[in-house]
Amino acid sequence: MYRKNDNGQAMDPAEVTPCGAARPSSEPVLEMSFEVGHYDFAAAGEAASKIKQVLRKLGMAPDVVRRAAVAAYEAEMNLVIHSVGGSILLHVDTEKVTLVSCDEGPGMPDISLAMKEGYSTAPDEIREMGFGAGMGLPNMKRCSDSFSIESEVGRGTTVTASIRIA
Amino acid sequence: MTVQEIADILGLRCVAGGKSLEREVSSGYVSDLLSDVMGNARDSGIWVTSQVHQNVVAVALLLDLAAVVIAGGLEMNDDALAKAKAEGVPVLSTKMSAFEAVGRLYELGVRGDV
Repeated sequence: MYRKNDNGQAMDPAEVTPCGAARPSSEPVLEMSFEVGHYDFAAAGEAASKIKQVLRKLGMAPDVVRRAAVAAYEAEMNLVIHSVGGSILLHVDTEKVTLVSCDEGPGMPDISLAMKEGYSTAPDEIREMGFGAGMGLPNMKRCSDSFSIESEVGRGTTVTASIRIA
Repeated sequence: MTVQEIADILGLRCVAGGKSLEREVSSGYVSDLLSDVMGNARDSGIWVTSQVHQNVVAVALLLDLAAVVIAGGLEMNDDALAKAKAEGVPVLSTKMSAFEAVGRLYELGVRGDV
């Protein structure tokens, strides 16, 4: 939960997300964090559902709400299926909705492979449930106006997706 | 066409969300891959699938689908059914295969690419 910035100085805890990734620097209109558990299929989709409700209540355009909901769902399922557990931070400022999904492992050895449509490391029993089609990250990217992944094997993965409000 | 009209004409059995059948159906989608549905199904669409677990309800809710059709005579899992009922997501069950169900929906004028 403690992270150093690019200059090697310890960052204020307020600047980092619950699992240690850097927070968006803009002043938030609203910020919420959701814990997502490994293999918690019963609760899967609840974070995305809550995010959708919140954005709707804020009066966001239906298209923005929908894209954010899809991106949040894919991020959530990735955490459920692939990570040891993690969290999703919802950060809304006056220009955009940002989702920061982060976990503490296992990390991805090859991000470009993970971004390839149809590529998945999900086990068979997960695929039988209709997950692991290798479309999650590409879906997230398609829904976003800006999208980035940082990952380190043994450390974890941070996926950041932003959707412009106007 | 509303979910109710479609269910009546095709003889689909409503197993959850019976109070929300008056919604107009915008389009149709068929897939058992959840991310495929997330990426491609449309708002107010009707989704034909053979998946029967809770995440089907989560996807239907997030996309604001008008209804889910469980094809092939499959039974939805109890926890999924309970969630669909609690959230008011219409789930229709049919013995028809997915292929047949989609064909019949198309006959009624429901389209995939709208």
